[in-house]
Amino acid sequence: MSFPWARHYEPKNPVMKWVDDRLPLPRFVYNAIGAGYPVPRNLNYFWNFGILAGLSLVIQIVTGIVLAMHFHSSAAGAFDSVNGTIMRDVNAGWFLRFAHANGASMFFVVVYIHIFRGLHYGSYKAPREMVWLLGVVIFLLMMATAFMGYVLPWGQMSFWGAQVITGFFSAIPVVGDWIRVWLLGGYAPDDAALNRFFSLHYLLPFVIAGVIILHIWALHIPGSNNPTGVEVKGEQDTVPFHPYYTAKDGFGVGIFLILFSTLIFFYPDYLGHPDNYIPANPLSTPAHIVPEWYFWPFYAILRAFTADFILPAKLWGVLAMFGSILLLFFLPWLDRSPVRSAHYRPMYRVAFWVLVADVLILGWCGGSPAEPFYVITSQIAAAYYFAHFLIIVPIISRIETPRPLPNSITEAVLGDEGGSRITATAATA
Amino acid sequence: MTSIFFRSIKFLIGGGFVFVLLLALLGSITGLIKEPPKQTAEQALHKHPKELDLPSNGPLGKFDTAQLQRGFKVYKEVCAACHSLHMIAFRNLKDLGYSDAQVKKIAKEWANKQPVFDEKAGTWGERDNIPSDHIPKVYYAGTGNPPDLSLITKARHDGAAYVHSLLTGYGEKPDAAKAAQFPEAMKTPEGMHFNPYFANLNIAMPPPLVSDGQVQFDDGTRATVDQMSKDVSAFLVWTAEPTLQVRHQAGVAVVIFLLFATVLAYGAYLTVWRGMKH
Repeated sequence: MSFPWARHYEPKNPVMKWVDDRLPLPRFVYNAIGAGYPVPRNLNYFWNFGILAGLSLVIQIVTGIVLAMHFHSSAAGAFDSVNGTIMRDVNAGWFLRFAHANGASMFFVVVYIHIFRGLHYGSYKAPREMVWLLGVVIFLLMMATAFMGYVLPWGQMSFWGAQVITGFFSAIPVVGDWIRVWLLGGYAPDDAALNRFFSLHYLLPFVIAGVIILHIWALHIPGSNNPTGVEVKGEQDTVPFHPYYTAKDGFGVGIFLILFSTLIFFYPDYLGHPDNYIPANPLSTPAHIVPEWYFWPFYAILRAFTADFILPAKLWGVLAMFGSILLLFFLPWLDRSPVRSAHYRPMYRVAFWVLVADVLILGWCGGSPAEPFYVITSQIAAAYYFAHFLIIVPIISRIETPRPLPNSITEAVLGDEGGSRITATAATA
Repeated sequence: MTSIFFRSIKFLIGGGFVFVLLLALLGSITGLIKEPPKQTAEQALHKHPKELDLPSNGPLGKFDTAQLQRGFKVYKEVCAACHSLHMIAFRNLKDLGYSDAQVKKIAKEWANKQPVFDEKAGTWGERDNIPSDHIPKVYYAGTGNPPDLSLITKARHDGAAYVHSLLTGYGEKPDAAKAAQFPEAMKTPEGMHFNPYFANLNIAMPPPLVSDGQVQFDDGTRATVDQMSKDVSAFLVWTAEPTLQVRHQAGVAVVIFLLFATVLAYGAYLTVWRGMKH
C-alpha cells in the first residue's frame, strides 16, 4: 500500500513503541491519516468533505446515544419523550435534540457535496471503483438510517412518512401487501414498527462506520484523486497528510461547525416541517406529505411516474426511485472516458452542471405539492436524470475529445498559481 | 450478438425509463389542457398570517416576562376552558417570574383538578394541583376537537403570527368579488365560524377574545383584543420552547468561540503550507 516514499512510523515515545510492537495500531493510524499517507499537493476545498462526513457521523452517534437514554420507544410515549422530556427536562436536551435533527441535514449536505465532487473529478474511475461502490453503499445506509430516525419522534410526518415509505413494498406484485405487513409488524405503523425502527436506527450507524473503514481502506490502495485527475508520478506531487491536510481540514471543520451551530442555535426548525410537532394521528392525513429535504429529489422521481405502461405507475415510480440510486453502482463502467477530471472534458463538464441543476430542480419539485406544474417539471427533470447516466454520459465518453492533460500534478501547480488558472491554461493549450 | 446486447443494455434501460416518463408527461399535459386546474375556495379566500412583532422573534430574540405573564393570564381565563397545555408543569411558571408561593397558589386554584385513582375503591377522584403537576388534560364535550396548545406555535406555519391572526381574524370578511365566486364556501355550516386564516376557512372554535377588558391585566396594560391576542401568542411561543432564550444566548457564545477558533485554524493552515505551492 501507498507510495514508496511514504514515511515510516518510528515511535519516539517508549510507550508508543511498546504498544506498536505488540499491536501496530499507532502505525495503522499514522499510515491512514498521519504523516505516513502521501496525498496530492493540489487538493482543493472540495476534498475537505470526506473528513466532514466522518465528523458528521461521529456527532450523530454521540448525540444519538445520549438521546436514546431518554427516549421512550412506544407509540404512546415517543412524542412526549422527545418534545416534553428531552426538550424541557433533560439537561441541554434541547441542544442534543436539535444537534441530532440538524446534524442529519448537515450530514446529507456534506455527503451530497462529497458525491458531486466525485462525479466532477472522476473519482469513481479506475483504479478507485471500489471506493465509489462502497460510497454508494454508505449513502444507501444513510438514507435508511435517516428515514427510520425521522419516524422516531412519532409526529404526523413521522407516521405518514412511514406509511408512504413502507407503502413502496406494497407495489411489489402479488406478495407486496404481505411484505409490507411483515415489515411493519401490523397493518399500519404502530408500536411494533416504531420499536424495530428504533433498534435498526441504533444499529445502522455502526454498520456505516464499518463500511467507512472499508471505504478509506480502499481509498488508500491507489491514494486520493486530485483536481487534475492525473495520477501521482513522484514524491514532488505529494505532501504528507499530516500536517498539511490535517491543518487544512481543521479550517474546514471550523467553517462547518459555524454553519452547523447557526442552524442549531438560531434556526433549529428551519429545515423541519411544522406538522411533525403534531402528535401522530392515524385518522388524520396531512394535506401534503413531504419527506425531509434530503429525500426530495428521489421523492420527485417517485411521483413523476403517473402513467401505467405494462406495469402500474406506482411500481414504475418505486423501481425508478431505487434505480436512480442503484445506477450509481454502474457509473464506473458507464463512463469509459480515460480522463477523470471534468476540467479536461469539455462535453462532460457541461453535462455535469446540467445534472447539478437537474437534481436541484428535482429537489424543488419533490418538496412542493403534487400540482400539475411541479409534476410536469419533475417528469422532464427525472427523464434527464436517467438520460444523463444511462445515455448521455456513455455517449459523451466515446465521442468527446479531451483537452491536453498536464504531465504531472507538480507541472500543473507550478505552471500556475491557482486551481482556476489550471483550467484557463488547459483551455488555451 | 450477446456482447452487443450487454453493451446496449444501458441504453435500453435508460430509454425505457425516459419513454415511460414521456408517456406520463404526455398524460399530465393532456390532463392539464382538458381540465385546467381551478382555483379552490381555500386558495382564493385563505389569508396569509399578519405580521406579528414579538421580542422572541429573530435569531437573538428574548422573552418579555411581563408579556408572558399577561399571556398566561389570557390562557388561564380564556383558553384553558377547552385547551390543555400538558407539556407545561406548574413549576415551569417560575420562568415567567412568579415566586414559589405564587406558583403554589396558581396550582391550587387551577379550575381543572388533577385526576387520582383510588386503588381501594377502584374509582376516580380528584385533588388540587401541586407545582410538580403538569397542567391537567381538558376533556371537551362540545363540537370540534380543541388541540393541546403546548406546541401550537411550532406546529403551524408562521407560528405565533398564525395564532394571533386566527384569534383576531373572525371579523374579517374576504373581498366581495372573490367571495361571490365561491358562494358555496361562504355558507358557514351550523356551529362553525368563518375565519380566513384557518386552513379550511371554517373553524369550530367560537371567537374566544370578543371584547376589550375581557381579562384584567395585573400590570395595568390596557387589555384590547389585539393586546390579549398578542400576549397569549407570545406566551404560546414560550410554552412551545421554554429554552428558546437560553438557546439564543448559548448560540452567541458558541459562534463567537468558533469564529475565533476558525481564524486560528486558518492561520495554522497558512503557516503549515507556507512555501508549498498548491
